[in-house]
Amino acid sequence: MSANANVSARERILGRLRAAAPQSKPAAPDVHALYAAMRKDDSRAERIARFCAQMAFWRGEVVPVTADGWTDTLRELCAAKGVASLLHGPRGVHDSALAAAGIPGLKAYDRPVGEWKQELFEATDAGFTSTRGAIAETGTLIIWPDAAEPRLMSLVPPIHFALLDADCIHDTLFDAMTAEGWSADGGRSLPTNALLISGPSKTADIQQTLAYGAHGPKELVVLLLDKTRETAANAAEENRQ
Amino acid sequence: MSAQHPLQFVPAAEFKQRSVDATSDAHLRQSFRGAMDFLMAKRAAQFPDDASLQRQRAIAEAIRQYSLARLPDLLEQLERNLTAKGVQVHWAENAEEANAIIVGIAQRHSAKLMVKGKSMVSEETELNHAMEAAGIAALESDMGEYIVQLDGEKPSHIIMPAIHKTKQQIARLFAEKVPGVSYTESVDELIGIGRAVLREKFMHADIGLSGVNFAVAETGTLCLVENEGNGRMCTTVPDVHVAITGIEKVVEKLEHVPPLYGLLTRSATGQAITTYFNMIGGPRKGGADGKGAELDGPKEVHLVLLDNGRTQAYADEQMRATLQCIRCGACMNHCPVYTRIGGHAYGTTYPGPIGEIISPHMMGLAATHALPTASSLCGACGEVCPVKIPIPDLLIRLRGEATHEARPGHAPLVGQGAARSALMDAVWAGWAALYTRPALYRAFGWLATRFRFLTPPTQSGWTVSRTPLKPAARTLREQLAERRRKTH
Ligand code: SF4
Repeated sequence: MSANANVSARERILGRLRAAAPQSKPAAPDVHALYAAMRKDDSRAERIARFCAQMAFWRGEVVPVTADGWTDTLRELCAAKGVASLLHGPRGVHDSALAAAGIPGLKAYDRPVGEWKQELFEATDAGFTSTRGAIAETGTLIIWPDAAEPRLMSLVPPIHFALLDADCIHDTLFDAMTAEGWSADGGRSLPTNALLISGPSKTADIQQTLAYGAHGPKELVVLLLDKTRETAANAAEENRQ
Repeated sequence: MSAQHPLQFVPAAEFKQRSVDATSDAHLRQSFRGAMDFLMAKRAAQFPDDASLQRQRAIAEAIRQYSLARLPDLLEQLERNLTAKGVQVHWAENAEEANAIIVGIAQRHSAKLMVKGKSMVSEETELNHAMEAAGIAALESDMGEYIVQLDGEKPSHIIMPAIHKTKQQIARLFAEKVPGVSYTESVDELIGIGRAVLREKFMHADIGLSGVNFAVAETGTLCLVENEGNGRMCTTVPDVHVAITGIEKVVEKLEHVPPLYGLLTRSATGQAITTYFNMIGGPRKGGADGKGAELDGPKEVHLVLLDNGRTQAYADEQMRATLQCIRCGACMNHCPVYTRIGGHAYGTTYPGPIGEIISPHMMGLAATHALPTASSLCGACGEVCPVKIPIPDLLIRLRGEATHEARPGHAPLVGQGAARSALMDAVWAGWAALYTRPALYRAFGWLATRFRFLTPPTQSGWTVSRTPLKPAARTLREQLAERRRKTH
């Protein structure tokens, strides 16, 4: 196809649309009002509980962890699930914590995928990523991969561990994108690939029977870090002493 | 491929015969009945509060109408923003042009294998045939699509492509066609087989293809909705990603996406959300100093914008509503005709009610005029449609266009008046003559009732599954007159 032919396809399509576009344009739909009417207004604890229940509905495992102890929990989970190799980001914020935890088979995603595709697909049991936040309504993780945490970490390994800060759970997708200004400045802050993930990969393509691990992870484990609850628990502990 | 019949489907003119065959296939009917009941129940469970559903539908309709009213501007804005992010945007007027663009991209990269995420638009252009003709393998990777491709078939439903198949049929298919696999009816094992085959392919594919569910103009974002993860594989693992979409899929703002997405998954499969929502905003970043360089993701991203008859629907104020569709499939799940004849009988990429109103624009009325008649006009499709497309009205409109000249001031549709026949014209002329002349009408009534013993016992199509039509012994007028005499 020559460039010219393509330019004219563009001009012809746009020309037809312009010739037919209605003169009077409908007003912008009020999406804010819709979500304001549907808003739950529940407490922080209720929102966290709702996230956990929804995530469980999608067969995602939610494990409460502490700020000091989450790497130990991760090590124990890896041992229990027989994970022989755990992939982490090359320059992730949790690098040193992970390294200090003594998790066997820890390896960094430190080369372009083309250089080790086979190993990634065939010899990597689990991937660990951070998360940007979550959505309570649907039990959904918000993950923005970048150079420090590449896209395939949450897709190719059969188990995906994701660390979530309970303070970052929004009520709905709409709330998350408006509160965080995803589209501000023409969406310049959005990464090349932004993801919402609700549970492990699944399919019902054979006789409507649900099966997990269609192409992506067979298991999704959310490490839920709730500092407020920790503080409360610590305070209660101190009171008792 | 000839220019006139780019689509390799069975001609829609054979639609009636195929429907007859389908309705007498007990297995097929059981598959569809079961699947549709399942999907209808799952959808209903998602919408316990009708007032809330109606609020959501009203917003979704408003978003789609708002976007369509600005379509040319939004397409240009989308193109600008995607181009700025390094995505290459192509335009195609028809299926051949779209295929040529994609084959061209593949050839520039000397591609041998293309993995495909679910894309009904690529089914619409018959991309797989074009790729194969160019010597490039095109492999479907959605489990349902993989199954139907393995069996040399077409999808029978836009959301659940292999819905017509039982697990026993799939078990036999895998045992026959996948090397080293023995017969198993365990769904987990069958999915495991597909997973193993396809992961191998994802690893080696040169190019990945996907559709688009929503394209956001203001941010230059392509959104993909899926459960399996194959869409993410296709758009992330190969070095080149090509997305193809109809020109109608664009919305202006990111905030327009959540209401549409929420209704799409709930209407389609009764899920509050899918496993993955994949927002693509460009190829892997190089990173000037090598530091911020991303380690995966495609190095090249292309978007093909396809017209293929959509501008014809756009040109008419009433039929423009067809383009509001977000392809949820709810209209087919609730259609009593689709449930009985299944997706293949239609012979088009899009079956069911949405297919009946969109296919005439894509393939012309000459090939598709039978489709809008495949409805009892019960109205279920229009009632469940999340973007409130008045499907029954559009069916009636297309029936009219198939048998009449274009309305004054309207450009004729492709295939305008194709269903018109001299016989039908004569019948209607006779009917009009009879019903506008009282004397003639009375004479006709008298003759029909007095000579009712002459009614043939078989009346072509009617008596295949119904009792013959027979005039009453006396006309209604005579019966009423009789009653009046008795009561006075
Ligand atoms: S016409 Fe409406 S119900 Fe049918 S697929 Fe499109 S959006 Fe869904």
